[in-house]
Amino acid sequence: MPDAQPLRATPLNSVHRALGARMVDFGGWDMPVQYTGIIDEHNTVRTSVGIFDVSHMGEIEIRGPEAARLTDFVTTNAVGKLQLGQAHYSGLLYEHGGFVDDILVHKIASDHFFLCVNASNQDKDFEHIRAHNRFDAVVENNGHRYAQLAIQGPRARALLQKLTPVDLSAIKYYWFTRGDVLGVDAMIAHTGYTGEDGFEIYIPPAEAARIWNELLSAGAKPVGLGARNTLRLEAKMALYGHEIDATISPLEADLAWIVKLDKGEFVGRDALLKQQASGVRRKVVGFEMRGRGIARDGYEVRVAGNPAGWVTSGSPSPTLNKNIGLCYLPVEQAKPGLVIEILVRNQPVEAVTVETPFYKRAK
Amino acid sequence: MYPDNFRYTKEHEWVMVAGDSATIGITHHAQEELGDIVYVDLPKVGAQLAQGKSLGSVESVKAVSDVYSPLSGEVIEINGALADKPESLNQDPHGAAWLVKVKLSNPGEIESLMTASDYAAYVGAEK
Repeated sequence: MPDAQPLRATPLNSVHRALGARMVDFGGWDMPVQYTGIIDEHNTVRTSVGIFDVSHMGEIEIRGPEAARLTDFVTTNAVGKLQLGQAHYSGLLYEHGGFVDDILVHKIASDHFFLCVNASNQDKDFEHIRAHNRFDAVVENNGHRYAQLAIQGPRARALLQKLTPVDLSAIKYYWFTRGDVLGVDAMIAHTGYTGEDGFEIYIPPAEAARIWNELLSAGAKPVGLGARNTLRLEAKMALYGHEIDATISPLEADLAWIVKLDKGEFVGRDALLKQQASGVRRKVVGFEMRGRGIARDGYEVRVAGNPAGWVTSGSPSPTLNKNIGLCYLPVEQAKPGLVIEILVRNQPVEAVTVETPFYKRAK
Repeated sequence: MYPDNFRYTKEHEWVMVAGDSATIGITHHAQEELGDIVYVDLPKVGAQLAQGKSLGSVESVKAVSDVYSPLSGEVIEINGALADKPESLNQDPHGAAWLVKVKLSNPGEIESLMTASDYAAYVGAEK
């Protein structure tokens, strides 16, 4: 047994506790899973505005004249297409084509890229990028230098606008800018992980509590990681360790859109080209339960009575009032309209594969 | 908080014995730990329950939890209202949201369960 590591805490840890949050060990971080209740918090984000402390997320910065070359070499999306102030979703892959992590790449300057990465992957990601730094780029593991707050929901823009002179309506979706938030120099990104409109701000840790409290005073409600999961699942956004991991490629995870095979050499490209040529064997697909029962991560999926795949995420959907999930199935079966069975606590329960995302906001 | 006429388990079930039958539920502490309860799986009438063995499960948005039978006996009634209103387990776990009623096969087992004051101390000390 490895020695137990002390849990890591964000700058808002005591603020969450004072709010009465239920705290859990989330990949080695002491994080709020809920404040009032997951369903209530979920609905707040769908109908109004909620704020999340996502300061556990990692930030890796790549600098120098060869920053773009390194960033492009270690990620699947086309860094050359990014303009200054633009961000995109991307993958960090191993040579064999499996995910090291899924990330957001922000182009701050032609010689400065800012990667937002998963909390429990940040040290692994940093080592991976450094190991592939055959260029002369500078790679910095800067998670400790930033707190990150997500402001999400149909009222997110109006709420955040009260705290900043930056014209938020001028920031297009998946673009960002530097600007003042309550007197603090912040990076304000029009991004999110909820399927709702919203922003993510990166701020100095010392200012996190003051800005959090001002957002609450302005009318936002705190939302924990429990609702973050149900929100992202309804929007069919992948979660590392569930839909994607070291054994899964982006082609299998229905993430071919973040892979630009024609952009030139990148880590994992050869494996993906081979996989594309031979055809992927399994693919992620959404499902809804028809029988009574809730699918959970890891449950077996059966087709015509035979084991065929596994559930990667499963939950009640507070917005749809159905029990939904994502699973891997053989590629010929991973399409909508197939009746399947989920083995729920050793009882087969009927489900049907469906189109995703489960939820799409009205624009 | 915890009625004096109930007995309690370490797994956070309660039981109220009346003659040779008993009503079983989960405690306030259990529902609080679970959060929003969205699904309840109960045994069928006629099922034989053994003390300490799973009788079914309750599920919150995030997780599944087994419910362990505090006493042995045969299920004589289940709370069918929970199928449509599982959230009542969050609102009234010691009352309307009872789970099952059983005819006891070994009433002496009750002596192994905690009293209300023992249980209150137990959940107070558990944190």
